[in-house]
Amino acid sequence: MRAGRLIALLLALFLCAGARDPILVPEISQHEIQVRQGFTGADLLLFGAILTPEGARAAGDYDIVVLLEGPVRSIVVREKRKVAGIWVNADSTEFRSAPSFYALASSRPIASLVDAKTAAIYEMGLKWLQLSPVGVIDPAGQKRFSEGLVDLMRRQGLYQENENAVKISGQVLYQARIALPSSVQTGTYTAETFAVRDGRVVASALSRVTVRKEGFERVVADNAQRNGFFYGLFAVIVSISMGWIAGRLFALV
Amino acid sequence: MDVYLPIANLSVNGLVIVLLGGLTGLLSGMFGVGGGFLTTPLLIFYGVPPTVAAASAASQVTGASVSGAFAHARRGGIDYQMGAVLVAGGVIGTGLGALLFRLLQALGQIDTVINILYVLMLGGIGGLMAHESLGALRAERSGKPQPPRKRRHHPLVASLPLRWRFYRSGLYISPLAPLLLGVFTGVLTMLMGIGGGFILVPAMLYILGMGAGVVVGTSLFQILFVTMATTMMHALTTRAVDIVLAVLLLIGSVTGAQVGAQFAQKAKPEHLRLILAVIVLGVAIRMALGLGYRPDEIFTVIVQ
Repeated sequence: MRAGRLIALLLALFLCAGARDPILVPEISQHEIQVRQGFTGADLLLFGAILTPEGARAAGDYDIVVLLEGPVRSIVVREKRKVAGIWVNADSTEFRSAPSFYALASSRPIASLVDAKTAAIYEMGLKWLQLSPVGVIDPAGQKRFSEGLVDLMRRQGLYQENENAVKISGQVLYQARIALPSSVQTGTYTAETFAVRDGRVVASALSRVTVRKEGFERVVADNAQRNGFFYGLFAVIVSISMGWIAGRLFALV
Repeated sequence: MDVYLPIANLSVNGLVIVLLGGLTGLLSGMFGVGGGFLTTPLLIFYGVPPTVAAASAASQVTGASVSGAFAHARRGGIDYQMGAVLVAGGVIGTGLGALLFRLLQALGQIDTVINILYVLMLGGIGGLMAHESLGALRAERSGKPQPPRKRRHHPLVASLPLRWRFYRSGLYISPLAPLLLGVFTGVLTMLMGIGGGFILVPAMLYILGMGAGVVVGTSLFQILFVTMATTMMHALTTRAVDIVLAVLLLIGSVTGAQVGAQFAQKAKPEHLRLILAVIVLGVAIRMALGLGYRPDEIFTVIVQ
C-alpha cells in the first residue's frame, strides 16, 4: 500500500515538473572517435530535440547551450619573463583540473542568455572554467595565468567558444558542429546540453564520446608506455637497418 | 600527406618531415656531422613537443651515421680502442644527461638551457671553423702553403694520470681524456638530441691531437653507439621516442646522407667546411636572437 502511494506521489511530482520544463533528447554523430593513421581531427555533430515530457513539440523559445569537455588533467603553466636580457621561464602555477578540451556552442551569446552566476555554475564560457589552482596566489596573478592558458589553448583549437553556433529549427530540433583538432587527448569526453529560458537552465542532458587510439597507433602508444626497453630496441634496430639498407642500395647505383 | 604521430599526439605533413630529414641527411653526408643540431630546433618550430623532438632526432642520427661508419670501417678509418673509450664515456654521459634533463624539466628551465647550449656550442664551433677555413682559402689563393699544424695533444691532456697507447690514432695519452670527452658529448646528446659530431671532430683534432685519418670514422663510431644509447635512455625514461616520426626522418636522412656523400667527394674540403661554418653560425645567431626577442608564446603548459 505504502509503496503504491509513494509511486503515485512521485508520478504526480514528475508530471507537475514536467508540465513546465521540457526534456532534451540529445544525440551525437559519433560516440567513439578512433585515432588511427592519417587522423587529422574529427567533426562532431551534436544534435537533438526539445520536447515536452509527453514527447510532443515543446514549442517555446528555448535557447540551447552545448558544452563538450575533454578529460581533466593536472597541469603546470609557466610564464616567460625577460631576465638579464633573455626570456626565461620565471613564474609558474599549478592547476589541478584543467580540461584538455573545452568547446562551447550556443544559440545566442551567453551574456544575453544567463547572468554571471548561472554561467559560472554551469561553466558556460571560458572565463568560468573551474581550473582549481593550487597554493595561495594573488587573484591578479591567478587571472593572468588562467587567461594565458585559455589564450594558448584557444589558438591550438583545444578551447573553443562559438556563440551563435547552435542552430534551432522549428523550435524543436537543434544542432551544433564542434571540430576536434588532431592533437586531442584520448579519453572520455562529456557532452552536456542545456536548454535555457528566461535566464534559467530548464533542462539538461548528458552524453559521452570516447576518443581512443586504435590499431597501429594504439600498439605504438601502449608499447612506448609499457615496454620501454623493447620499444627502444626496436627503434634502434629500425634506424640501423634503414641506414644500412640505404648504404647498400646507393653502393649499387 | 597527413601522418598521425602516435607519441607526439598530432598530425603532421609527412612530406615536410621527410624533406627535413633529407636536408639534415645531406649535411651529415657532406660534412660528417649528424645533423641533429638542425633537426631538433626545426621539429620544435614545426610544433612537435621539444622532448619528443629531441628523443626522436637521436634515432635519425643513428641511421645517418650507420652507412658512414661502415664505409670508414672498410677503409680502416676507425680506432676501435679510442672509439670504445669514447663510447664508454658517452654512455655514462647519456645517463648523467637523463638525470640533468629530469632536473631541468622539474625546474622549468630545460628550454632555456637547451637554447643557451645551442648558442654557445654552435657559435663557438662555427666561429672556429669559419676562421680556419677562411685562413686555408686565403693561404691557397696567395699561393703560400699554410704551415702544417703541429699535431699534438693539449697540455692539459698530458697532465692526466695513467697512459694508454692508441696505435691507430698515433697517441700515447691518458684514456681519461677521451673518456671525459665522451661523457661531455653524451650529456649534450641527451639534452640537445644531437650526435655531437661537430664538437667531437674538432675536439679530437685539437685537444686529443688524433691523426686526421681516423678522426671522422671514430667520431661516427662513437655517435652511432651514443645515439643508440640515447634512444634507449629516452625510451626508458621520457618515453618520448615517436617511432613514426623517427621513420619519416630516417627515410629522408639516409637518402640525403648518401647524396651528400657523393657531393662531398667532388667538392673541396675547405669550401665544405666554410659552408658548414656559415650554416652553423646562422643557426647560432638565429637562436641567440630568439633568446632576446619576445617569444611567440609567453605561457607554456606542462601536463603532469
